[in-house]
Amino acid sequence: MDRNRLARQVALQKQSLFDQGYIDQQFIQVEELQDVSSPNFVEEIVTSYYQDTSRLIVNIEQALERRPLDFDQLDRYIYQLNGRSTSFGARKVIAEGALFREYCEAENAEGCKTTFQQLKTEYATLKRKLEAYFQLARQARLAETASRPM
Amino acid sequence: MENGFPSTRNDSFPAGLRVLVVDDDPTWLKILEKMLKKCSYEVTTCGLARDALNLLRERKDGYDIVISDVNMPDMDGFKLLEHVGLEMDLPVIMMSVDGETSRVMKGVQHGACDYLLKPIRMKELRNIWQHVFRKKIHEIRDIEGHESFEGIQISRNGSDLSDDGHMFCGEDMTSIKKRKDFDNKYDEKDLGDHSSSKKHRVVWSVDLHQKFVKAVNQIGFDKVGPKKILDLMNVPWLTRENVASHLQKYRLYLSRLQKESDLKASFGGIKHPDMHLKDPAGSFGLQSSINTNQNDVANEHMPDTKKTLNADNPDPQETSSHMSFDHSFATLGSEVNYEAFDCHIWNEAPKIELKREHKPLLQLEDGFSQLPPCAPEHHVKTDKLHPVPSVTSGLSLTARDGNRVSHVSPKKCAIESFPIQSKGHMVVNHQSYEPVSTAISSMKPQGFNLSCLTDFDYCQRNLKASDSTLAPFNETACLLQGDFHNKYFGLPNIEFTDCNDPSFIAEIPVHWYDTLTSDYECPLDPTEYSIFDQGLFIA
Repeated sequence: MDRNRLARQVALQKQSLFDQGYIDQQFIQVEELQDVSSPNFVEEIVTSYYQDTSRLIVNIEQALERRPLDFDQLDRYIYQLNGRSTSFGARKVIAEGALFREYCEAENAEGCKTTFQQLKTEYATLKRKLEAYFQLARQARLAETASRPM
Repeated sequence: MENGFPSTRNDSFPAGLRVLVVDDDPTWLKILEKMLKKCSYEVTTCGLARDALNLLRERKDGYDIVISDVNMPDMDGFKLLEHVGLEMDLPVIMMSVDGETSRVMKGVQHGACDYLLKPIRMKELRNIWQHVFRKKIHEIRDIEGHESFEGIQISRNGSDLSDDGHMFCGEDMTSIKKRKDFDNKYDEKDLGDHSSSKKHRVVWSVDLHQKFVKAVNQIGFDKVGPKKILDLMNVPWLTRENVASHLQKYRLYLSRLQKESDLKASFGGIKHPDMHLKDPAGSFGLQSSINTNQNDVANEHMPDTKKTLNADNPDPQETSSHMSFDHSFATLGSEVNYEAFDCHIWNEAPKIELKREHKPLLQLEDGFSQLPPCAPEHHVKTDKLHPVPSVTSGLSLTARDGNRVSHVSPKKCAIESFPIQSKGHMVVNHQSYEPVSTAISSMKPQGFNLSCLTDFDYCQRNLKASDSTLAPFNETACLLQGDFHNKYFGLPNIEFTDCNDPSFIAEIPVHWYDTLTSDYECPLDPTEYSIFDQGLFIA
C-alpha cells in the first residue's frame, strides 16, 4: 500500500510540476533513460546542472555590475545557460533566459537586470521543488524495491 | 574500417556505431551519452574541441560519426566541423540551442550532415547511423560506379538515345541490380571484393594536409590537378582519387572562406523553396547564359549565368537554371554544344582541372542522346552527391522537404562550402548552389517524379560541385525542357509530365566518382543514379 501510495504521490507531484510549467516534456525524456544501472538518472542530471550553472549565474551577476554593460558577453553567458537548461526541460528558467536574451539584443540594461532577478528566482524555486520531488521519488523506489517479492 | 564497418558491427549495424560527442556542457554530455548507449552505440564523450580533434587524430578510423555542439569555449564548433571534414572525412552532426536559419545554414555550409536543436530527443539520435551509411554507400558507389562505368557506358551508348528521351532508361539493368546487391551486402563485407579497387579511407593528418597544400601552392591553384599534386606530394600510398577528393574539399573550403561574406550579403533567408519555380520557361534559358557565363564563372561564386531560373535569390540560383559553371566549365562549354541545352545544367563547379583537360564530350545532339561518358575528369565521389549543394537542388528540396534543416538547401547560392559529407561534389567554385545536400533524400518519398528530380537535381548538384561532370548532365539537362526545370527545382510536386522525358531524368546518373583511371569520368550512370537515389534516402 505504501508503495502504491508513494508512487501515486510521485506521479501527482510530477504532474503538478508540469501543470505549473516548471518542467516540460524533456524531463520525461530524461526520466525514460533511467534504468537499473542508473535509477536516479534525472536527479543526477539536475544535480549536475545546478553545479555547472552556479558558476554561470555568478558570472552573469558580476557582468551585470559592470558599467557599461557588455551585452555581447551577457548574451554569450545566457546562451550557455539556456543550453544547459534545456537538458531536463527547466521551462520557466528557459523562458526567463529567452527574455533576458532579447533584452541583451535590445541592449536594454534595465530589462536585463530585472529579468535576471526573475531568472534567479525561478532557478532557485525549481531547485527546491525538484529536490522535494526527487526525495519522494527515491522513497517510492525504495518502497518498491522493498516490497518486491524475493 | 575500410570496406565498411568492422566485422563486429556488421551483423547488427547500426549497433555498435562509434560516436564521438563533443559538448562543453557536462549535463548534456551525460544525457547524450545515455541516449546513444540506449541506441546501442559506442559512445565517447569530450568536453573540448581540441581534445576531440586529438582523439580523432590518434585513433584514425576509430569513430564513425561525430556530434558536436556549435558553441564550444576553446574552438568554434564550425571550425571543428571543418577540420573533421578535411582531415578525417567523417560525418558530423551539429547541435545547438539556437535554431536560427542562418546558423543552421552555416552548419550546412561548413559540411554538417545534420543540425539538431536542443533539447534533443532520443528518436533523433536513433537515426544518425543513416549519415554513416550514406557516406559509405557513396564511397562504394564511387568505386563501383567507376568499375561498372564501362559496362554501363556501353549499354547506354548502345541503347538508343531514344527519341522519347529514355535514353538512360534503356539502361543496363544488370548494373542496377549489381548495385543494389552491392548495397544490400554492403555490411556483409562483400565490400571486400571490391577492396582492390575500392579506395581506402585516407585520414588526412595535419602533415599530410600540409604536404598537400604545399603541393597545391607550388603548382598554382589554377593549374592544380590531382595527378600533379600526387606527384609532388610523393606519398607512395596515396592514390589519385584520394587527392582528388581532398582537393575538392579543399576548394570548397577556400571558396567558402572567400564567399562567406558574399553569401551572407546576398542571402537573406535560406530557403526559397520556390525559387526555381519562378521562371518556367526561362529556366532553360540557361544555355545561353551558360555559354556566356561559363567563362566568367570560373571562380565566381555565383555566376549569374543563369538566373533565369527563378532565382529569386540574387545568388545565382544556378542550381537549376544554370550551372554556375566555373570557367572551367566554360571551357567545357565550348566543347559542349550548350545551345542544345534547354535546361540549364546544373551549376557546376567544374573542377579546375577538369576544365582544362577534358572536353565535356557532350555531344548534344538533338536528342541529347547521350552524355558522353567521359565527363571531364571529375572527382566524383558518390558520397559527395549527397550534399549537392547547388542551388538547383536546394530549391526543390526545400520545397519538398521541410523537415530537416540540414537537408534543406537554402537557396543560398554560395554554398560552396558545402561539403556535407560529400567529398567531391562540392565544388567550391560553385557558389551558386545551395546546400542541397539532402535534397535528394528529402525528395525521395514522392515517387517517380521526385526521384527524377532528385536524380536530376542531384546530378546537377553534383555536377556543379564536382568538377564538371557536367557533361553528362548537360545533356540530360538539355533534354529537360524549361518547365521541367521549373518543376524540378522548385516545385514540391514536380511532375515530369512536362519534361521531355521524365524517365530520362530519373536515369541521369549523377555519378561523380573519382577519376580512378581514365581521364574522363563519366558522370553517374543513370542507372546508378536512380539506385543511388534510392539508396541515398535512407531515413
